[in-house]
This record gives sequence, C-alpha cells and structure tokens, in this order.
Amino acid sequence: MRQNLERFLKALRGMDVPVSVAEAIDAHRTAALVGWSDRTLLRDALAVAVAKSEDEKARYFECFDAFFAAAGASRDPDRATAAETAGETLRAADADPDRPAGDLVRMLLDGDRAGVSAAMAAAAGEVDLSRLRLFTQRGVFMRRILDAMGIGDLETEIRSLRAAPDDPAATERADRLEDARERLIEESRDLVERNIALFADPASARLREEFLERMRLANIPPRDFERVRRIVRRMAKRLASRHARRRFNRKDGRLDPRRTIRSNIAHDGVPFRLAWRYTRVERPKVVAVCDVSGSVAATAQFLLLLLHSMREVMSDFRAFAFSSHLEEVDDLLGGRPFEEAAAGIMERIGFRPTDYGRTLVDLEEGYLDVIDRRTTVIVLGDGRNNRGDPRTASLERIFQRAKRVIWLNPEPRTFWGTGDSEMLRYLPWCHVARVCNTLRHLERAVDDLLAARA
Amino acid sequence: MPSASPASSPVASPSLERLGGADRIAAGLEGGGYIPSRAIATAVHVAAHLEKPILVEGSAGVGKTELALSVARWLDLPLVRLQCYEGLDESKALYEWKYGKQLLYTQILKDRMSDVLRDADGFEGAMARLHDFGDLFFSEQFLEPRPLLRALRTEGGAVLLIDEVDKSDEEFEAFLLEVLSAHQVTIPELGTVRADMPPVTFLTSNNTRDLGDALKRRCLHLHIPLPEARLERRIVATRVPEAGEALRRQLVDFVQQLRTLELRKLPSISETIDWARALVLLNASELERELVRDTLNVLLKFEVDVERADRELPALLAHSRREGGPAAAPRVA
Repeated sequence: MRQNLERFLKALRGMDVPVSVAEAIDAHRTAALVGWSDRTLLRDALAVAVAKSEDEKARYFECFDAFFAAAGASRDPDRATAAETAGETLRAADADPDRPAGDLVRMLLDGDRAGVSAAMAAAAGEVDLSRLRLFTQRGVFMRRILDAMGIGDLETEIRSLRAAPDDPAATERADRLEDARERLIEESRDLVERNIALFADPASARLREEFLERMRLANIPPRDFERVRRIVRRMAKRLASRHARRRFNRKDGRLDPRRTIRSNIAHDGVPFRLAWRYTRVERPKVVAVCDVSGSVAATAQFLLLLLHSMREVMSDFRAFAFSSHLEEVDDLLGGRPFEEAAAGIMERIGFRPTDYGRTLVDLEEGYLDVIDRRTTVIVLGDGRNNRGDPRTASLERIFQRAKRVIWLNPEPRTFWGTGDSEMLRYLPWCHVARVCNTLRHLERAVDDLLAARA
Repeated sequence: MPSASPASSPVASPSLERLGGADRIAAGLEGGGYIPSRAIATAVHVAAHLEKPILVEGSAGVGKTELALSVARWLDLPLVRLQCYEGLDESKALYEWKYGKQLLYTQILKDRMSDVLRDADGFEGAMARLHDFGDLFFSEQFLEPRPLLRALRTEGGAVLLIDEVDKSDEEFEAFLLEVLSAHQVTIPELGTVRADMPPVTFLTSNNTRDLGDALKRRCLHLHIPLPEARLERRIVATRVPEAGEALRRQLVDFVQQLRTLELRKLPSISETIDWARALVLLNASELERELVRDTLNVLLKFEVDVERADRELPALLAHSRREGGPAAAPRVA
C-alpha cells in the first residue's frame, strides 16, 4: 500500500502539485488514519494533506481519479467501475505479491478474472509503471508486465497442447488459452496506456517546458507560442506574488513610543535606544521601453508578452514601444488578449528602422516627469541604431534621474558594439545591462528588478 | 452553545480520540448549527488526528470563521481568536511585557536597595547579594500573554482561530511557524513555552496574497467552495427554521442561479442566510417579483450586480418557481 501511495504522490508531482517530504509523511499518516476502503473518504482526506491551493486541488482530483482508474487493471463492465476495483486489486496485489507464475494458465482456464487482474496489478507493481517517461516505452512495459505475470509458461502450455493436434480436448484448451492471451495483451495495453497518461505525459510536457525556457526566444517555433505564453504568465504571477508586498524597517522620523519605552526599561525608562515605526516601501515603479523594429522582430513578440504579463501583475507600470519613434502602449496592452494587443502594436509601431536616438529624446522630452528616483527604466532592445546619432546624453540624463536603468539585450555580449550596435556607448549609462534571449534570462532579469531595493 | 453530544464533556485531550470518525464530527457540528460538507468533516477529522492546523480558504462568507467557532462550541473549548491585519507583530500576537509594572518594579527595587544592601560588606558583597536576589524583571509575573500564547497555555486545550492570515505580513508568518508546527513559543528572556495540550488550530485566508510555502506545508489545506443546492437548503433550514419549505427551495434555487451569472461578487452562504432572514421578516411565503427586487441588495453588494440581476429577474424567478414549486418539489432526505 505504501508503494502505491508513493507512486500516486509521484504522479501528483508530475501534475505540478508540489508534494514535499513533510507532506508525503502527512499523506501516509492520513491514509493510515482513514484507510483504503472508502474511496471518497480517502480522496477528501488526502486532498487536505497534499493539495495546498484551489488550483492544486483541481489538479489533485483529476490525478486521483486518473490514478485509480489506471490502477484498476480490469475494464470489465460487470465489475462495477474500474475505480471501485482499484482498492480491491491493490490490496490483493499487496497481500499476494509472488503468485506462482504457473497459476496464470489455471486462472485463465477457470475464468478467474479477479485472480488475473490481481496478478496484473502485482506485475505492474513489480515493473513500476511510474518509471514511464515516453509513450514509445509502451511496448517494453507491456512486455515486462506480461513476463512478470508468467506469459512464458502460457506460451509453453499452448505450444505443448498444439503438439497433439489429434486430441480435440487439447485443441479446444489451446484455443481458449489463445483467446485469453489476446485479452490479456489488450488489458495490459490498457493498463500501460492509462499509466502513460498519468506519468509519461506530464513528464514529457515538463521536459518540453524546460527546453523552451532555455531556448533562444527567436528560435521558438510558432506552434509552441501558446506554451510559452503559459510559462510567461506563470512566471509573472510567481514574480508578482514574491515581490508584491515587500516591506522593511526604516527610520523615517516617526517614533514608536511603545516600543521605545519597552526597549529602554532596563535604562530606567531613559530613552537610550529609539524604536521607529515600520514604513512601507513603495512598490517598484517601472517604465519599460520595448524595441519592436525589424532587427528584433523575432524577439519582440516575447518582449511584448513580458510587458503584457508584467502589466497584469504590477500596479505602477508604464509600457512604451518604439522603432522609429516612441509611443506609449498602455492602452493597447491593457484589457485585451495578448494576440490582439501584440498585433495592434506591431501594426502601429513595428517594422520600421530603429532610431534609438529619437526614442531616447522622445522619452526624455515627453515623459521625464514620470521618471523619478523611485522609477526603474527597462530598455528591451538590441541597441542597433542604423548608424544614427545615439544621443547618449539623453540616456545619461535619464540615468541620473531614475533609480535604475536596466538594459536587456537579446544579442550575445560578443555582438555588442559590432556593426551598427551602439550598445557599448550606452553601457556606461545603464546600472545593469544583460543578455536576455531566453525565458530563463527574462525571469532572472525581472526578479532582480523587483528585488532591488537599493 | 449546548450540544447533546457526549463528546462535549471535558476530557483530558482535545486531540480528539473522542471525536471518532468524520461522520461523528459532521453530526456533532450539525448539533451546533453548522452543516459541514463531507469534505469539511473529513478535513477536521484528519487535522484532529494528525494534530495539524487547518488552513481554510474560500471566498468571503462561505463559513470559514464559522467553522472554527462551531468546532469550539461543539468541543466546549474556549476559543482564542487572533484577527490578522497589516502591521500585526509579535507583541500583539504572542506576548508583551507589562512595561509599566516593570518600571514600577525597578523603582521599588531602587527604594528597597539600601535595606537589602545595608549589612553587606564592601562592593563585592553587595554584588553577591544582588545576584542572590531573584531576578523578577523578566518573569511570568510581568508577562502579558497575547492570543497565541494564551491558546498554548489554556489548560485542557483551546480552539485557536487565526483569522485572515493573508492580511498579515510575511514576517508575521514566520512567527506563526513555531506555534503551528511545534505548538510552542520561544520567549528569549524566559525560554520556551510548550502547550500541554496542542490547540485545535484554524487559519483562514481570503487569498488576498499567496501564503508562504513554509506556512502551507505546516498546515492541512481545506478549500470551502460555494455550496451546492442540497447542502445550502440544509444550511438554510438549520439557520433560518422559520422559512417554510417552499420559500426555502425557491430562494436557494434563486441564489444558485445568481451564482451562474457573471457578477462582481457572487452571493455566498452568509448572504443567503441574511436574505432568508429578511424574507421571513417580511412575511414572505414565496418569492415575488417586487419583494425580490426590494431585497436584492441583501444578496448583491455592487450596484452593477443588482442591475444585472434585475434585468434577468423574470427568467430567474420563473425558474425558481418551477423548481421550488410545492407541487413539483421532490422530497430530499
């Protein structure tokens, strides 16, 4: 039973329900407390112990049902539901793990379905289906299960019966056994397939996501856009919840009399050490400027996606986009699905030759009042200025006024300053400049940005 | 609140051997006027036996706080309630020194010092005597227990309700960890105070922010959804027994339909109960259009929602009458 629960927890982790060791222990204690016989009770009880948010609960229930359907080896209609048999077969499997293989023939001939499904559950336990990673492993695992059930003996038996073609009883037996073997293979296929849905699909999805996180944004194939959007959204949410309510203790001139008296009792009430009230630090104010010109078109999608997600999670956020000139895109991004917003922006501003100089001047002249010592300015772009005047003086003034200027460049560092890239000339006026061309980079950059409290 | 259950007699442990299974918990809570769903009863059952706090989440008014109150009533244990808010710190939640009295104590000590030290020889002797003198300055006498400490020190156990924990700061969560996992509080000047009897602990959250993983790991998690019609009818029947069967069916059906609309704030159980009370006060025996329109503001708290529901009113009412009509009503056990 313990192994089965472990396998279930593993499946849960695959479904993105993080089950820590402590929670696993709770799950075992809970299962021991409520027992395995009442499935609804077990379901409710384990839900309390391992799934710790509404989302996780939904995924948990899905996984629970799938797992117990997968554990039920028999899909026989006269056996109520697969789920009901699950507990039964699991128990049978546990009680009797090493059923002698020769029994298989006897059970098949007797039509002992319960025995067969118990044997299959036991074999599945031995093979450990939770190791399934890819759907291509289906055949291998089916074979292993059948081997563990003793299909070898069955084959031998059939062959020896066929060896006597004159004996009608033997031929009849052989026919029956062959039919039974077909059914057995079908059942093992069902079992493995249900387990693939449980273990392999989440695992390969996760693999794919990890891969996407490291892939150059420009190389991500369009069919994965939806997945990437999901990743970015999750990323934005995670970042927002981590940073939304940061506070720290600072002297700002307001005395806390209660705490002052308390900490100075030892000095006879003479206020030696002063205690100050907590102050709330302001949430980060962000001005993001995003290049959507032709040279970064492939990456621009994702930069815009990040802007879109950040807008949703940050309260004080202003987004600008530019290629030949600067435009505020808050109204375009807000309150619309991303696809629509991105298309609108690209249509209005995108695909023109880049002019960083003009953009910086636009920003300085039009929006310098937005930028103050609490503002972080993020520039997303490659710094390729088509040999125009880079107007570094404008960036310098912004640099001096803002809390931080962060430049995220999709080009690798070795490309900076080559050709028409003015990156090296902008570099002195950035607090931070970093390469940003994968989702990982994006996340780290934003995390730094939000964590910065200097 | 009286409870017929024999479990409410004071027994050594609220660790709930006496609670029995989930069914008995459900029955016990129902005796106190709280109708739990199966999931809720199971959660209380598991929490009691694992001696773990329950983190209860759900939208406002589904009965998160009420659950803790009902458990306290049923077990006949004192309820210690800590309402969380931004800026709540350990001096308001754990303990505080009675610094006024401490100040007086040092003054008394100063006055009495000459008596105590009169026959001491030399400075060394005086110091030795001072050390012999019991140090009362940081002692139990001057300790002002706040809710968490009080809950730990209540003899025979208590029900501890930490309400709206999501409103507190992240730093405060850290204070809670020790209390929640080890049922103890460490006071630097005194040492560790352990609970003889771990309190039955409930935390509630409205999800205004994500709670830390450390906190969640230490708790069991219960999400209370909006109730389904059948459960809600039972709740209304228990809380507002004056409402007749026909009215009850109709009003619950009406509220259930409202929840399928796109509203800013869906009415939850507490609104249903309030509405039922209002309708009873107005002597309604059936839902009537004018009556519903006049009392809609009990259910819906936003002007836009009221307008929205008002537009749909005829259809909603027709449905409720049909479903809840006395003739058509299928009996529910």
